[in-house]
Amino acid sequence: MLTIVDYGVGNLASIKNMLKKVGSDALISSSENDILAAKKLILPGVGAFDTCAGKLQASGLVNALHRKVHEEKVPVLGVCVGHQLLFRDSEEGKLPGLGWIPGNVVRFNQGLLTPGLKVPHMGWTDVVVSKSSRLFDDMHEEPRFYFVHSYHARLDDPADALVQADYGYRFVAGVEHGNILGVQFHPEKSHKFGMKLLSNFVKHY
Amino acid sequence: MMRTRVIPALLIQKGGLVKSVKFKDYKYVGDPINAVRIFNEKEVDEIVILDISATAEKRGPNIQKIREIASEAFMPLGYGGGITRLEEIRELITAGVEKVILNTSAFQNPGLVEEGAKYIGSQSIVVSVDVKKNFWGKYKVYVQNGGRNTGSDPGGYARQMENAGAGEILLNSIDRDGTFAGYDTELIKIVCDSVSIPVVAIGGAASVSDLAEAAQFGASGVSAGSIFVFQGPHRAVLISYPSQAELKKNGLIK
Repeated sequence: MLTIVDYGVGNLASIKNMLKKVGSDALISSSENDILAAKKLILPGVGAFDTCAGKLQASGLVNALHRKVHEEKVPVLGVCVGHQLLFRDSEEGKLPGLGWIPGNVVRFNQGLLTPGLKVPHMGWTDVVVSKSSRLFDDMHEEPRFYFVHSYHARLDDPADALVQADYGYRFVAGVEHGNILGVQFHPEKSHKFGMKLLSNFVKHY
Repeated sequence: MMRTRVIPALLIQKGGLVKSVKFKDYKYVGDPINAVRIFNEKEVDEIVILDISATAEKRGPNIQKIREIASEAFMPLGYGGGITRLEEIRELITAGVEKVILNTSAFQNPGLVEEGAKYIGSQSIVVSVDVKKNFWGKYKVYVQNGGRNTGSDPGGYARQMENAGAGEILLNSIDRDGTFAGYDTELIKIVCDSVSIPVVAIGGAASVSDLAEAAQFGASGVSAGSIFVFQGPHRAVLISYPSQAELKKNGLIK
């Protein structure tokens, strides 16, 4: 079962809706047993980093997640702040992330943005896929996704970068590190591009 | 490539889709869910739904209906109309809405903007600012679907809402609504210069080049109703949306 981790934040219905559209019946759950039984996980997240990190800690699911992802090597896809939680920490908050991928999360460097570019970066942006990945198998041409964020990942190892996008400068918009994947954008709100990506996660992982 | 968001705005009155002229003269356009399906196929950037009869009827959002609409929306969905409590914001987010749009209640209770932003983050709290010129040509903010003049100037009001926690301003020109007279670019510039959050302009667009003009005056997103639901001088109902090629030609993708 593909399980969407419900730790009290975000718009989980949208992810479930799109998965349903691509033929996958996902479970939204906050139960440790469901997480332990999952074959695949989606870690959502929206809002402030510390709000998400704090609620995830308080949910009591962190140990189960560590076990699934590290010992059982179950595929996990972080979305938006769920993607940011994959790293050590964030400039936005004080709480630690899950630390599954070496790197941290930093605010858009306003000094490098051209005048008129506002933070948050909100809207559709074209992406560049930087390494071959089943997540982008058969992707539609000129892939673009919907972003809403003020912070982005900075990787210790550039080889973990899966997707990049330009907003004033090129930043990491998605990662793949073994069984751990994350995207800064919202596939569940990105039409056929998001459908293809989620359907690839369902079929190929 | 930089893309300006192009956002169809759908008005709902008594469960049906309608379109107004200057916030009056409502014309029935069709079924909202059907319209969302069509906009979905056209891969619109985002969609905004405003239930314009909710506040007047003193009721909250129709969550069941919105959930149905959201389940068909594979793009970001904004909803406004009749929201007065944090609990309703929670329900809307859970129903699948990304952006909660506050208008009358933001004026009456800016604390709701703050509470909403704390709960879900500023990016999901939009304040809709409806503006009309008074007899002396001064811009004033109106609430209650254009029925009440607040006396506030739009720039100062928008800034106040940004400070309260709004992550976006939906700037609506009542004078231009449904008129096909083009956007009020002066108003767009005033508000964009007053805030650092994104401003989405609406009211008056007749063509894709009008959308592009609003972007040139600072709008981060450009919204419209009539041009996406009507065709021709007699306002025949036809749902449409510019193609990627048209958007590129007009500089909305560059």
